[in-house]
Amino acid sequence: MRYAMAVDTKKCVGCSDCVVACQTENNVPIGYCRDWVVEVMDGTYPQLEIEIRSERCNHCANSPCVRCCPTGASHFSDGGIVLVTHNKCIGCGACIASCPYDARYTHPDGYVDKCTFCIHRVKKGQQPACVAVCPTKCMYFGDLDDPKSDVSKILKKRKFKTLIPEAGTDPKLYFLI
Amino acid sequence: MANRRDFIKISGLGLAGMAMGGAAYKALANTFYNTPETDGISNLNRTPTYCEICFWKCAGWVYKNDEKKIWKIVGNEEDLNSNGRFCPRGTGGVGMYYDEDRLKTPLIRKGERGKQYFREATWDEALDYVAKGMKKIADEHGSECVALFNHGSGGDYFGNLIKAFGSPNIAAPSYAQCRGPREVAFLSTFGEGVESPERTDIRDTKCLVLIGSHIGENMHNGQVQEMSDAIDKGASIITVDPRFSTAASKSKFWLPIKPSTDLALLLAWIHVLIYEEWYDKDYVEKYTFGFDQLKEHVKNMTPEWAYGITTIKPDVIRATAKEMANASPAVIVHPGRHVTWYGDDTQRLRAVAILNAILGSWGRRGGFYRPEKVSVPSYPHPPYPEPKRTWREAFPGQFPLAGLALASGICDATIPSLSRDCSIRGWIVDGTNLIETLPNQQNTINAIQNLDLLVVVDTMPMEITGWADVVLPECTYLERYDMIRTGPHRKPQIALRMPAAKPEYNTKPASWIAKELSKKLGLEEYFAWNSMEELLDWQFKKLGTSLEEMQRIGVKTFEREYDDLYFGEDEEVEFVTNTGKIELYSTEMEDAGFDPMPKYTPHEEPPEGFYRLIYGRGPAHTFSRTANNPNLTDIMDENKLWVNPKVAKEWGLQNGKEIWLKNQDGVVSQFPIKVRVTERIRWDSVYMVHGFGHDDKRLKRCYGKGASDANLITRVHIDPIMGGTGMRGNFVTFLYEPEPSIIKEKSI
Repeated sequence: MRYAMAVDTKKCVGCSDCVVACQTENNVPIGYCRDWVVEVMDGTYPQLEIEIRSERCNHCANSPCVRCCPTGASHFSDGGIVLVTHNKCIGCGACIASCPYDARYTHPDGYVDKCTFCIHRVKKGQQPACVAVCPTKCMYFGDLDDPKSDVSKILKKRKFKTLIPEAGTDPKLYFLI
Repeated sequence: MANRRDFIKISGLGLAGMAMGGAAYKALANTFYNTPETDGISNLNRTPTYCEICFWKCAGWVYKNDEKKIWKIVGNEEDLNSNGRFCPRGTGGVGMYYDEDRLKTPLIRKGERGKQYFREATWDEALDYVAKGMKKIADEHGSECVALFNHGSGGDYFGNLIKAFGSPNIAAPSYAQCRGPREVAFLSTFGEGVESPERTDIRDTKCLVLIGSHIGENMHNGQVQEMSDAIDKGASIITVDPRFSTAASKSKFWLPIKPSTDLALLLAWIHVLIYEEWYDKDYVEKYTFGFDQLKEHVKNMTPEWAYGITTIKPDVIRATAKEMANASPAVIVHPGRHVTWYGDDTQRLRAVAILNAILGSWGRRGGFYRPEKVSVPSYPHPPYPEPKRTWREAFPGQFPLAGLALASGICDATIPSLSRDCSIRGWIVDGTNLIETLPNQQNTINAIQNLDLLVVVDTMPMEITGWADVVLPECTYLERYDMIRTGPHRKPQIALRMPAAKPEYNTKPASWIAKELSKKLGLEEYFAWNSMEELLDWQFKKLGTSLEEMQRIGVKTFEREYDDLYFGEDEEVEFVTNTGKIELYSTEMEDAGFDPMPKYTPHEEPPEGFYRLIYGRGPAHTFSRTANNPNLTDIMDENKLWVNPKVAKEWGLQNGKEIWLKNQDGVVSQFPIKVRVTERIRWDSVYMVHGFGHDDKRLKRCYGKGASDANLITRVHIDPIMGGTGMRGNFVTFLYEPEPSIIKEKSI
């Protein structure tokens, strides 16, 4: 089982609903977030293009954060989801420095926090909160090893890319282009 | 070609990154902190609601956490407005409940208006004050001299109260400051309005045309969802906007039009469709009136003619007309929503309606569907007294086609003038921040200074509360019952809002406030129900359900009763117009003394060194109402001024530089605004998101953040047909240092 997510940049409008829904679902304190939206614009008026991406932890299969964690707090869970066990984390910040995607932050309570792919929901057969709330339905989640999952089907159909592939982290967050 | 890269993290870890470090000891001490694996959802109860953050009123569920405190709000999957998916504002609705700056107890003014001198009062005292003030106005001037301004659910109760009191003067800024021209234009063309939620069949459209409408930045939930569905199905989008909006970035054609010239483009499209014979001939023959006159009218309105006005090339005008014709009848020339721009807005929307008519999209799949809604029975009450006068008498012979009261009209009718009988002496303002909502702030303040009584009902200390004599703090929608939600849609549907928590502080629901006030005014027989539960249960039972069932399901859908969603093949459709047909040539307009077919008239252009002020929505905010919501300020806490790089270079402006804006009348923005240099805006215009630059210090999170467009909209172009207030004819220039504003010099 390999959990993954695909985000359709052709449909995303950058409304940040995924950010608000993640914050409330996971009680992320105001001023912090586990996912965020990036807008990249190219061109000069009036020949313009925008790519809008909802970004988060890439749940890399070759994860620098898991490798560098001195206490084992950062670890792989079911389906390759990268998690942080809060009470094992000493807040040293090595994982934050190692992450090419800037996906981690230090929670005011002292531990490092990040996207969990809403594993507590996924275990109950629900979609991650960001996927479930998105008004444009631009996110697809599921198991790459299951050809019938939403994410497998959309990746078969559409062109996609990953971010910073040169880091060699084998990310599990895909962007449909 | 130069390639400039504009990279913006709309929302992100900026703050969090800086906040790291330290506090590690806390993690060790906090060894029993719940890990994310912990199941936090069990033992929860959920209660139904419908959202009050905007007018879309999506139905959803409020969840509580293990401590029984409000935790999150998610959509109800049965709800046609949201399909189970709330927008960022609805998701962030919890912030409205937890906002520590909320109004907490009734307040009575101690000093002059506009200064924050209030004393705390009991509800009894505050409502006594209001009732005495209302009675005094009724005795001295007549009960119709008390007017109600409202937006949102409270209007049901205060509307009932004010009608029982004897006044017909009830206005919502959503008409004359927003969608009024659209409704009037579609009514005079099709005999029916567009309504809300709009009857646009976007999910099945093959071509969506947006005229300045920025779906995706406005989060009109169902429309955003359906636009995404349409993209999935390969629909083409044509966006007409001087700004490269998010919707423009999803479009096959973006037409970067010169602002204020849209009507010329629309007329040229009509010309092309008719003279190339690309229009829907059968539909036009069967359903419309006045085609020959229209054909003659647009004869010379060629793409070449429009090019000189709009700066859109003739081949692009033809190509986009062909794109629409190819999709016909599954094409929508979207009527938009906030359409009060230049004062000839009803005529511009008439052109939109005519375009849809000749494309055959009205009543067709992928065009405009026929909505149905549930008619909710009113709880029995005595008939309302006949009012002696209405606001219309203040404007004899003006705005003949205004279908609803004009908020701006009632405001104007409050200011004494030799030319009219000014009758309004008291305002009740519920859920609308008139200072930011009405154009020309000085005019609004002049009106307020002439009032005998200003009562404001709100949840937050918005600017308007600072002008009130009495402030009545309402609890949020998460703490109250409200009337049944019913609205037009593909299927009739109703939704329940019930409290998820008890009202915080000393706040009360509007239903309670209006009912208590009715007792003090001797009008309690108009509020004959004992409780909202009793009222709602009575209504639900009439509709074949019950309060108990609705508390469990939240939303109930009914089957359509009257007709099909779309016109049938051989259906004889009777339109509610003078001719019984779709009026391409409007007899109603002609009878009222207006052009029966729209004509293009040029609008004023920005003077040298000035730029047209364009404003719009950000997806995380509604009007100026949400600017202090902690969850939503976390996404967007200020607006920025979009400036084209050429203009920025000329003025030496860099990203993030704070500047003040001065408009054509010498009014200077109260606060500076940060510049965002971007290719996404034309060189003759600047753009900002509406709803920022709050100047009430009690709004701690948003005070002084960004600038207020309403502050700078001092020139208003009134639509003579229905009284809409055109607000896009204002021009601004940049100031590096603040300077005294005209508005301050004139202030009373």
